Amino acid sequence: MTVSAPDLKNVARTLRTDIIRMIEAAGSGHPGGSLSVIDLLAVLYWKFLKHDPQRPDWAGRDRLILSKGHACPALYAVMAHRGYFPKEDLLTLRKQGSPLQGHPDRLRLPGIEFSSGSLGQGLSVGLGMAMAAKMDEASWKTYVVLGDGELQEGQCWEAFMAAPKFKLDNLVAIIDFNNGQIDGPVNQVMNIEPLADKLKAFNWEVQSIDGHDLGAIEDALAKAQKGGGKPHAILAKTVKGKGVSFMENNIAWHGNAPKKDDADKAVSEILNG
Amino acid sequence: MAKATRESFGETLLEIAERNPNLVVLDADLSKSTMTQAFLKKYPQRHLEFGIAEQNMIGAAAGLALSGKIPVLTSFACFLVGRLENIRIAAAYNKTNMKLVGTHAGIGIGEDGTSQMGLEDVAAMRALPNMVVLQPADHEETRQAVRWMIEHQGPVYLRLTRQKMPDLHGADYKWGFNKIDVIFEPKTKPSKYQATIVASGGPAPCAVEAAKELEKKGFSVRVANASTLAPFDDEAIARFAKDSQRLVTVEDHNINGGLGSAVCEAAGAHGGGVPIVRLGLREFGESASPEQLYEKYGLSSSAIAEACLKNLG
Repeated sequence: MTVSAPDLKNVARTLRTDIIRMIEAAGSGHPGGSLSVIDLLAVLYWKFLKHDPQRPDWAGRDRLILSKGHACPALYAVMAHRGYFPKEDLLTLRKQGSPLQGHPDRLRLPGIEFSSGSLGQGLSVGLGMAMAAKMDEASWKTYVVLGDGELQEGQCWEAFMAAPKFKLDNLVAIIDFNNGQIDGPVNQVMNIEPLADKLKAFNWEVQSIDGHDLGAIEDALAKAQKGGGKPHAILAKTVKGKGVSFMENNIAWHGNAPKKDDADKAVSEILNG
Repeated sequence: MAKATRESFGETLLEIAERNPNLVVLDADLSKSTMTQAFLKKYPQRHLEFGIAEQNMIGAAAGLALSGKIPVLTSFACFLVGRLENIRIAAAYNKTNMKLVGTHAGIGIGEDGTSQMGLEDVAAMRALPNMVVLQPADHEETRQAVRWMIEHQGPVYLRLTRQKMPDLHGADYKWGFNKIDVIFEPKTKPSKYQATIVASGGPAPCAVEAAKELEKKGFSVRVANASTLAPFDDEAIARFAKDSQRLVTVEDHNINGGLGSAVCEAAGAHGGGVPIVRLGLREFGESASPEQLYEKYGLSSSAIAEACLKNLG
């Protein structure tokens, strides 16, 4: 199913309100990074991913790994709207017995490709998947969505080094570049810039875009479909807490749940934004 | 014929590769030492070299496993298990079908010294849910354990020796998963053994030699071999605790968290009541020949015999 750009904008609005309501109901969770990554996930799940929510283990599906697992409310909202599970279940986030664990769990929720949350590991796993596809001469692609803060983990750079060696042009790394992490701005905690230059030097195809511009995301992902022998990185500049004025670029909302008042205010801003 | 278990592993991989087309081998710049060279020469398309970057190799193995491959990843035991958080998530928590092979277990590696000795790996791997831990002690055990490992669905840690191991079994031996085998019985079966030695891996043959020496001196000592360390054959230990005056554990690993702990836990859970002497490392190793180190750290046949004698009534 594809939807036109204005519709996807509405979809993204609904997804944002779901994120707020889920985290409010859970009483804990990570709104900031969920709101920064949601537009990227919306374009991926509505316009690019070959997948079948009725058959989440379909061998020919594209793989998506949310390496920044703490942003799973965004992924759960997308999955519910795409039909992996009933939307009502979103409000069970983080509750006992829920498949919607605090960080994604592939054995509890079909459609999750890798149980993530321990930062820095997702790109390596995606690399292994892309290798398997190459070995089998299969056409499915692997998308890995990473945070910018997690690139401080050395393992990411082992994976950045390895992907070009294995000519994994079926691997797309999408970096949610919101410049926020728990202890402060990424460029102060431990600067990862100049990231585009670093990845180019590692022999990746690199695109830098506005991660909230749905058209730009679509164009970048379209370019990343064309093999060319190199892995693809999309550096998506985003705003932590995007869509809720009092959460935007405010690190206090990295891992705090809004109470009802704040949640109502946030939802109303999103719907009128 | 004496053969290091790493060699038996390399040979077996090659034997089973053809009828397991999904089997792929991952290395981190140690393929010459972990004995995957023969495989990579015959199946270059199925060999993936990651360089000196074990974390990435472990993550990639998870991705390969989740896409239908059976990744066998090798390095020295210490370098592989040193990436515990990666193994915890990518292998154990995700329950991926990866086979972690750690060679160069313990002080048995000798001259390379402490930084290359895996001495805590069993403890770490035993603490992970879903993880199977295997430590075969001779060629035949290794051959069968490797075959079982590839058939088994789920993560496995296989611990192998650098040093050559004499044959404990003949070719008719049937290895059993999670089964502690008696590998030496005194000629006259006593109503109660003065000791049952439970050994695993490198020093297992030394334990047999020690029991033979003690038999000559009139002591009735039995030797059992634990090649599966997680899960653990608690029932066997419970039987030994009943029919032995004491248990002695022998391992080339720290005594905390490895075989010695597993035996204490099993005996304790079944009512205890039997003294247990744990032989193994209490500290880091050092450089010397394997034989010198086994002597110094109490794992040689004479050292094991001496430790038994000290405790025999």
